[in-house]
Amino acid sequence: MMYLPEPAIEAVELGKTYGRTVHALTGLSFTVQPGIVFGLLGPNGAGKSTTVRILTTLARPDRGQARVHGIDVVRQPDRVRRLIGYVSQKPGFDPVATGLENLVLQGRIHGASARDARARATSLLDRFDLSGAGRRRAGTWSGGMQRKLDVAMGLMHRPRVLFLDEPTTGLDPQARLDLWAEIGRLAREDGLTVLLTTHYLEEADHLAARLAIVDAGRVVATGTPDELKTELGGDTIRAGLARPADADRARAAIEALPGVGTVVTEGGALHARVGNGAAVLPTALAALEYAGVALASISVAQPSLDDVYLHYAGRSFDEADRLGTDASRSSEAVAA
Amino acid sequence: MTAAITHARLLTGRSLRTLSRQPAYLLFTLVQPMVWLLLFGQLFRRIAELPGFGGDYLAYLTPGVVVMTAMMSAGWAGTAIVQDMERGVMDRTLTSPIKRPALVVAGLTHQALITIVQSLIMFGTGLAAGARYPGGSAGLLVVLLCAILIAMVFAGLSNAVALLVRQQEALIAVAQFLVLPLAFLSSIMIAPELMPGWVARVARFNPVDWAAVASREALRATPDWGLVFERVGLLAALALLMGWLAARAYRTYQRSL
Repeated sequence: MMYLPEPAIEAVELGKTYGRTVHALTGLSFTVQPGIVFGLLGPNGAGKSTTVRILTTLARPDRGQARVHGIDVVRQPDRVRRLIGYVSQKPGFDPVATGLENLVLQGRIHGASARDARARATSLLDRFDLSGAGRRRAGTWSGGMQRKLDVAMGLMHRPRVLFLDEPTTGLDPQARLDLWAEIGRLAREDGLTVLLTTHYLEEADHLAARLAIVDAGRVVATGTPDELKTELGGDTIRAGLARPADADRARAAIEALPGVGTVVTEGGALHARVGNGAAVLPTALAALEYAGVALASISVAQPSLDDVYLHYAGRSFDEADRLGTDASRSSEAVAA
Repeated sequence: MTAAITHARLLTGRSLRTLSRQPAYLLFTLVQPMVWLLLFGQLFRRIAELPGFGGDYLAYLTPGVVVMTAMMSAGWAGTAIVQDMERGVMDRTLTSPIKRPALVVAGLTHQALITIVQSLIMFGTGLAAGARYPGGSAGLLVVLLCAILIAMVFAGLSNAVALLVRQQEALIAVAQFLVLPLAFLSSIMIAPELMPGWVARVARFNPVDWAAVASREALRATPDWGLVFERVGLLAALALLMGWLAARAYRTYQRSL
């Protein structure tokens, strides 16, 4: 019989509604095995942050259950809090205190002696390449350094599960790569379980060993990034339309061809799932020309996570992200 | 329990460190009470010629201004909470093992320490300006106790309002709305005998007046200790109620997340 370790995180049918109308979660479920970086990928407003708030004992679900290493987050929040580190989207350090002071306070809150907290803080500063700035006020640090301090604070008490909510939002590309390297090391070298939420496709692709794609408050697909992409099979043909008004005619023309799967048009572009892109492309071009559709561009590509998202959520990631930003603003207003 | 005490101590330390690193704010916190005392002392100096002030207006005024200052600076206590909420500090705190009562106690302890320092500065200023306080050190201790209790009442209220409204502007509006009427509907500056009847009646229900009455009484040569204990008891009960309210407000805040 295969040995199955106890899952680090289990979410079962989580539901949460703000006010009467904002359904943030609508039956969200996933399981995370220990020791990996697990990504919750979805556009703004999909329910990722709400999920993390529930798993970190900050918010209560209206329905469903969640456990961290087998401990129920609603019934035994105190025990869960000792197992987890949480780095929220907003900076969680004290800008007037130095980096060292921030870390030591965090360690002492979790019960470490002054000496142990200091030793741990010094080694974390070292590890995150922040030693030189450790005695300067954190408010004067660069954005990338501050984000690393936030992560280091979440690690002070040696948690078993670390929650990172949109860790690289707002960072410049170099700082983002830097933080990616650190996050990767946490699971590889420290055996930590990391749950990461992101709305960057390339971040999920690069960092996460496994992914759950979240849309409108539920998980629409799970797997490794490669599994998700190969499950789709085939290629994607993307056509940019010269006249957006041609969208319906273009879709009808492509859908009628043999070897074509789902076809979606959106924002002046057409995405078609096909078995073999190179084989279908010439007939697709001919069909479009016959239908009188003028093209701005056309390309064939291996499936990306964007295609995975498009396939399961029925709309492209960027489109959902734009719509979701507005929706999450209104749900934040309700929450506030 | 010991963990809660450690947490309260650590968080109080954090807030005092923050205060010590904002020199301009710290200076204002320390100088303002002196200004109040000397300003009102000068402005209303000739009032002491009326009956009810014992001839020494500065001595009459000192305990009242101590109480008023405690109330005013405690009214701002919630702004630190709003700041923590705007940053991720509150989220981090609420997902750590810190218990809610420890958060409340830390906030109130911070406020009590500031109040003690401010009060001692005002008594020093009063003595230097020639006021005399016959009640001596026992009287001074009672005044400090009253000031601490009134600071806890208003800090607790301010914290609770901060957690419910979550906005600096709204919190400040609430504080402003309360502070001046409560100061003027009391015997801080004017003897009870000289108040219009309706003000005197309202003042009986004003916690700021309870603190002012008990403080002045304790500084007399022969205080009516019954009166002092009664008002201090009322203040203590109200302070506990406000502390409880602040702890409840954390729960309400969290339920809305």
